[in-house]
Amino acid sequence: MASTITEKNLANASHQKEASPGDFVVADVNYVMAHDSTAPLAIEAFYSITDKVFDKDRVIIVFDHFFPAPTVAGATLHQKSRKFVADQKISGFFTNGVCHQLLVEKFVSPGDVVVGADSHTCTEGALGAFTTGLGSTDIGGAMATGKCWFKVPESLKFNLTGSTRKGVYAKDVILSIVGDVGAAGALYRACEFTGDYVKNASISSRLTLCNMAIEMGGKNGIIEADQKTLEFLGGRSGKIFRSDNDAAYADELEIDVGAIEPQVALPPAVDNVEPLSAVEGRIIDQAFLGTCTNGRLEDIEVATKIIKGKKIARNVRLIVSPASEDIYFAALEKGYLQELVKAGATVCNASCGPCIGRHEGVLCEGETCVSSMNRNFTGRMGDPKADIILASPATVAASALAGKIADPRDYL
Amino acid sequence: MKAWKFGDDINTDVITPGRYTVTTDKKRLGEIAFIEYRPEFAKEVQKGDVIVAGNNFGCGSSREHSPVAIKASGISAVIAKSFARIFFRNAINIGLPLFVCEDTDKIDDGDTIEIDFKTGDIRDKTKGIVLKVKPLPAFMQKIVDSGGLVEFLRSDGYDNV
Repeated sequence: MASTITEKNLANASHQKEASPGDFVVADVNYVMAHDSTAPLAIEAFYSITDKVFDKDRVIIVFDHFFPAPTVAGATLHQKSRKFVADQKISGFFTNGVCHQLLVEKFVSPGDVVVGADSHTCTEGALGAFTTGLGSTDIGGAMATGKCWFKVPESLKFNLTGSTRKGVYAKDVILSIVGDVGAAGALYRACEFTGDYVKNASISSRLTLCNMAIEMGGKNGIIEADQKTLEFLGGRSGKIFRSDNDAAYADELEIDVGAIEPQVALPPAVDNVEPLSAVEGRIIDQAFLGTCTNGRLEDIEVATKIIKGKKIARNVRLIVSPASEDIYFAALEKGYLQELVKAGATVCNASCGPCIGRHEGVLCEGETCVSSMNRNFTGRMGDPKADIILASPATVAASALAGKIADPRDYL
Repeated sequence: MKAWKFGDDINTDVITPGRYTVTTDKKRLGEIAFIEYRPEFAKEVQKGDVIVAGNNFGCGSSREHSPVAIKASGISAVIAKSFARIFFRNAINIGLPLFVCEDTDKIDDGDTIEIDFKTGDIRDKTKGIVLKVKPLPAFMQKIVDSGGLVEFLRSDGYDNV
């Protein structure tokens, strides 16, 4: 039977010849991840089931949501997770990057099944693996058994063709798609990105596309692994699955990325997408560059090119959080972070930064932040009466210079 | 049981804002349910009340704090046209009953609701109507019947699947 990449990936992991949409399968998982915010509940669930993880080298714990601890409550949760890491002799424990970026850099291979206690675990599917977010109890169960049940999803095919125009990036492409499809438009479905735009896109851009599959309700984002993927993986190898030409899709969307202009998502919903021109000139208080969506070297590079040699506006705080230590060092080596700091930016440790409103740039009532992150929900970065506008790293950089929402095409 | 009515795309930052979820204390989580979106909720909700919502309830983050908070607040079930998938799994795993019902528009905020947890029939006593729900797939019903994922894995687990 003709199958999609997601169906083949799940069939393989559950030792079945085939897996069709609607089937319930129990799959072996290659990696199980939790971060400082979700691990404590997962650990409680885990110890209710058993007292030994299925594989100490396949359970990954990352402190990224509030590291270093900004509050006593946060430190107490860290202490609980640290004890678990020590007691279970977990080898993959990290405090130097966003969980999804670290999984991509160090662990995930094509054909893997990866579950993470974070909704943006769909990001890692850009390497050609089935990767999805789950809650803490599911993750506790997977830590205990090395297995997880799934309902095989129908797939949505996004055929992205053409090339983006100047000043338009993968973030604008995915924002445009989320705006069209809606917050529930891909509910329960696999989001498969394909087409010549995706083939030509960097791994970094592919990660940005898959990262926001969840913002349409998607179960996973996935992109077939190719030569570029293998080069990115270095020595890691896996099983490369490809969708059959006659595989069945719930829907196939044709998108000419050449028709897309810079996009923004306006509060309070990610699918509230407009062309940047709709809010051009709106005064901002903060600009944030980072996260699992857009905290990679490519993103810091494009922002630095815009900002280098200039000063950010006096009314703006520009906060930069590289997505991992490797990216932090690479951005230092290339001089990007130095240029950004000279322009007035504050560089945070490699982590989620202020994305979830716990530290490193919390907003107060009446403030507006333009951000390269993936969610603009009410109260996410601080006060519920603060506004978050989602945009590309280039738009974030241009806006930081202007002190208001600015079109990056005027700065390139 | 009183109905607390919500709209479409109620996200996890609305249910339990990230700034408040630095805890695993269930009682405390119950107190912060909808703390900013609907501040009267946690104060006025009565044990047994139900949440009635539109599409994609629980979208956004994977944080299990959201269904835990709803359950701890005293809510006995959530009825919605559809649920975001991670929230759906989380609720089943922790034993918060969910019902998928396409007719939630017929229920208004404050209506008196009665649920037959065996048949899934939802009776709106204020309106005098009975609404039908979609049954769970057998696999998921087995987890519910076990009392949640932890109990499911402690008993047969995946061995007899």
